[in-house]
Order: sequence, then C-alpha cells, then structure tokens
Amino acid sequence: MYTLTGLKLKNPTILAAGVLGTTGASLCRVAREGGAGAVVTKSIGPTPKTGHPNPSMVKLDCGFLNAMGLPNPSYPGFLQELEIAKKESGVPVIASIFGGTTAEFAEVAEGLLPGKPDAFELNVSCPHAEGYGAAVGSNPCLVEAVTAAVKDVSNVPVWVKLTPNVSDITCIGAAAESGGADAVVAINTVKGMAIDIESGYPVLGNRSGGLSGKAVKPVAVKCVYDLYTALEIPVIGVGGVSSWQDAVEMMMAGASAVQVGSAVYERVDIFSEISKGTETFLQRKGYSDVKKLIGLSHEMV
Amino acid sequence: MLPLNATIERITEESPSVRTFFFDLQFETMEPGQFVMVWVRGVDEVPMGLSRKNSITVQKVGEATSKLFELKEGDSFGLRGPFGKGFSLPSQGENILIIAGGVGAAPLSPYADAAREAGSEVHTILGARSSGDLLFEERFAAAGEVYVSTDDGSKGTKGFVTGVLSRLNLSAYDRIVVCGPEIMMVSVFKLLEERNVLGKAEFSLHRYFKCGIGVCGACCIDKSGLRVCKDGPVFSGMQLLDSELGKYARDASGRRVKI
Repeated sequence: MYTLTGLKLKNPTILAAGVLGTTGASLCRVAREGGAGAVVTKSIGPTPKTGHPNPSMVKLDCGFLNAMGLPNPSYPGFLQELEIAKKESGVPVIASIFGGTTAEFAEVAEGLLPGKPDAFELNVSCPHAEGYGAAVGSNPCLVEAVTAAVKDVSNVPVWVKLTPNVSDITCIGAAAESGGADAVVAINTVKGMAIDIESGYPVLGNRSGGLSGKAVKPVAVKCVYDLYTALEIPVIGVGGVSSWQDAVEMMMAGASAVQVGSAVYERVDIFSEISKGTETFLQRKGYSDVKKLIGLSHEMV
Repeated sequence: MLPLNATIERITEESPSVRTFFFDLQFETMEPGQFVMVWVRGVDEVPMGLSRKNSITVQKVGEATSKLFELKEGDSFGLRGPFGKGFSLPSQGENILIIAGGVGAAPLSPYADAAREAGSEVHTILGARSSGDLLFEERFAAAGEVYVSTDDGSKGTKGFVTGVLSRLNLSAYDRIVVCGPEIMMVSVFKLLEERNVLGKAEFSLHRYFKCGIGVCGACCIDKSGLRVCKDGPVFSGMQLLDSELGKYARDASGRRVKI
C-alpha cells in the first residue's frame, strides 16, 4: 500500500480527470480491469454543460488534441455515478470539480460531499472553457482563494491541477499551497491547434484546444521538476505518461504519483502495465521502495 | 488521424428522409458495422455506420445531418475512421439471420454483401415504418430470403420485426446480427434471450459520441463501462445482459435520458 495525501493506493498510478470518468461504471472498469490505484472523475461543475461541438478530440502523430468544453451532468446529476464508483471500484475516488468563482467551487464541492469522494481535485487548468479552468488557474490570487474555499467546506484532501500555459507554474503552485492544498497535479494540456488545410477550418469544434500525449511529456517533466523544488506539498505528475519508463522518469523529476490519461487509447489496463513495470525496475535497481525514486534526479548534480 | 477530405461523388435518395452519400475514398479494410466520424465543417461531427466501403447512409435527424443534406455532388466533408468493432464476419455454409430496422439497415447492408460473398445462407428481416422507408431491400435480397415487415402494413407483414422473428426457428441460425432503433433492439434482445440464442447474437448500439476514439468516456454503457465507440458499437448479446439497453442513454452532458 502506498499513501498519498492520506489516501491509500495499491499502486501510484491514477486515472487522470476527463478520461473515462463520466460514469460510475466506467470508473469501476478502469480500477478493476485497468488496475489503477485511484481514479479521478470527469470535471463536475454547478450546472449541466454539453461541451463544445465535435470534433472534440483528434489523434495526431505526436499526441492528442482536444477541446471537450467541460461537458458534465452537474453535481446533482453526477452524485449517483460517484456513489457507484465509491461503492464498486475498490479504490480511492477523487472528484474533479470546476467553477467560475470561489462560491461555485464551494457549491460543487459541498454538493458532491454526500457521495463521499476521497479527495477533490480542482480543475483550474482546462485551457479551452471560457471563464473556467485556466481562466481561474492563471491568476494566483484566485487559485489561493478557490483552494481555501474548498478546504473550508470539506474535510478531505484537496489537490489542485495546474496549467502549464502560464509564465511561471511554480507561482501558481505556491498559491495553491498557500490556500491549503494537500497536493498539486501537473500538468493539464498545453494550448494547441490544428487546421484542416483542405478547407482552412480549424479541426476542433472549439477551433483550438489542448495537447496531450507523448508530445507534452518533456513539458510535464520540467513542470514537475520545478514544482518539486518550489513546494513542500506532493506533486502528482501527469502529461504524456504511457509506459513504466515514463512513470519512473516523472517520479525522478519529483512526482509522488502519476496520472495517466490519453494512453488509455492504447489499452485500458495501462495502469497494471505501468505499476508492474515500475515494480520490476525497483527490484532490478535494488530500490527498497517506490518512494526512493521521488525527486531522485534532484540529487544527481 | 486528422479528418480525411471526402468529396461527394454521388447522392442517392433512399427514402424521403434518408440519403446515401458516395465519396471518393475507399475504406478497403472496413468491417461491416464499423463507423466513421463525419465532420460537416463549421457545424459538428457525428458518427455514421458505413453502408459500403465508400458510402454512408444518413437519416436527416439533427443539425449536422440537415447541413449534410444541403451538400451537393462535388462538395466535401471530413471523415475519420473506420473506428470501432464491427460484426463478426460470416463464413461459408453458416446460416445467418440479419434483423434490420429503419436506418439500422445501413451498417447491415455491407454485412449482407460479405455473407453473400462468403457463401453463407442469409435470411433478413427488414423492417421500416412504411414501404417507402425500406432500405437496401435489393442488397439483402441478393444475399438470400428477405422477410419484410412494415409498421403500417404497406408492404410485407404488418407490425414490428419481432412479429416475424417470433415465427422463425432460431435454432437454425449460426449468427444473428441486429441493428435498428433501440426500442426494436431491446424487443429483439428479450425474444432472443427467451429462446436461449443470445450467445450467437450481436447488436450495434447508438450512443452520443464526443471523442469517438475511446478516450473521453462519454459513450460508456452501464453496467460494464464498455465504450460504444471503441469496444463497440457492435456488442455480443452476452455483453449486453444486465445493461442499460432499452432503459436509458446519456446525453451530451452525461445525464441519463430515458429511451
């Protein structure tokens, strides 16, 4: 067992927000069949949202480009899904939430509390939803206030998911820490765009969106590395992790655990594969514990 | 993949609300039952079952399909795919029962072609609201016997496909493939379950898709959590036991909506 902000995980791989997380059944499948140590839900907001028109996600040679637009059934609509995930997944369930104001964040968190989430992850980083996500997450004062507001209404750990689309991610991370965050999660997608040259139309229905997958891994590793130096609280690494080697690299940069998103495209049981591969690596290298990897590269000078 | 550019070569009017769009791409490796994401630029992108390796057959139901109906020969749209899991392919000497309702005949028509080419014995129950709405009757007839049923009795047996189905000896078939409105499919599902032949049946499901490539999770079904866009759209009868089939589906926001 592995402890992260008080949560007990059977392994340090976690399903990232916005991926296979709209239904309780899907979250259970990722935990049971996929082998994830914990799962994060789809980001849930105060009112139902249908999201942006399609295409909302396309696969590129170097990764994935998406602009879902925070589709979600709102917290009253999601409660039953959260309850199913809590009851049947057998792993900690982290509720990802978003709002446009501190009051909305607090409202959504309170609204989901009856479903007994093991932690909240604050989405202050979605790059393509006007007034939400990165609109909040690029302002350190707002990040601190939003974090404090959710801490105020709940007694579970609060993770804050950060956007890399800022000049200094550690400044936003520090704001989350000041607000009382128990961990930060880095990174959300990197702003991106693709254009259909036959017609000139941007491919995504929202015109632009966020890049994930292989292309963003070096960006994520650098952000995690810097956050590890700047903050006292744990950093959870996410961005382009699709193999155990990627997970080990992310941990050496300073990640206490990794989240996996787009890589479920290849296989849902990617979590088992990563945790088994990491275990074998630890044995081969003679490390007594996965914790020995965390921040290792910082000592190599 | 980024959307491919598909130029419309020919449009055929199959019924007052259904048209087939032939395009200049050939999906040589497509499995019957697989779908493509059809991007009507500037409007939306929607999933459509392939009715041939170079055609989609579309019912005008919403904004994207209405805009698609405004396109003419020589115009183009974007296409991604083929995606998802199709029907299990028929082989020589097998007895196949195809059950097609309404525009559900579209993804089953290439299955009938494949069964004919493989040398299978094919029977089709082809249902529609009225005789004018029957799709691809000749293609199904070229593969074997066709039992037509129409809701209004304007052709074939009056009533639903289950009326015809209940009179057939289902133990005679090696495979049963089904696509149509969900209300129809759930009636068929129940009948096949009662007759203990669900194990050899496959159903093609329709759900709201966002990403279409198995990542976002918008189309996951209860209670299995299987993704309609990637683990389906074709599921075996056994996979659909104790499922949401015929009960509810989720809308674009993820809220449950009664079927």
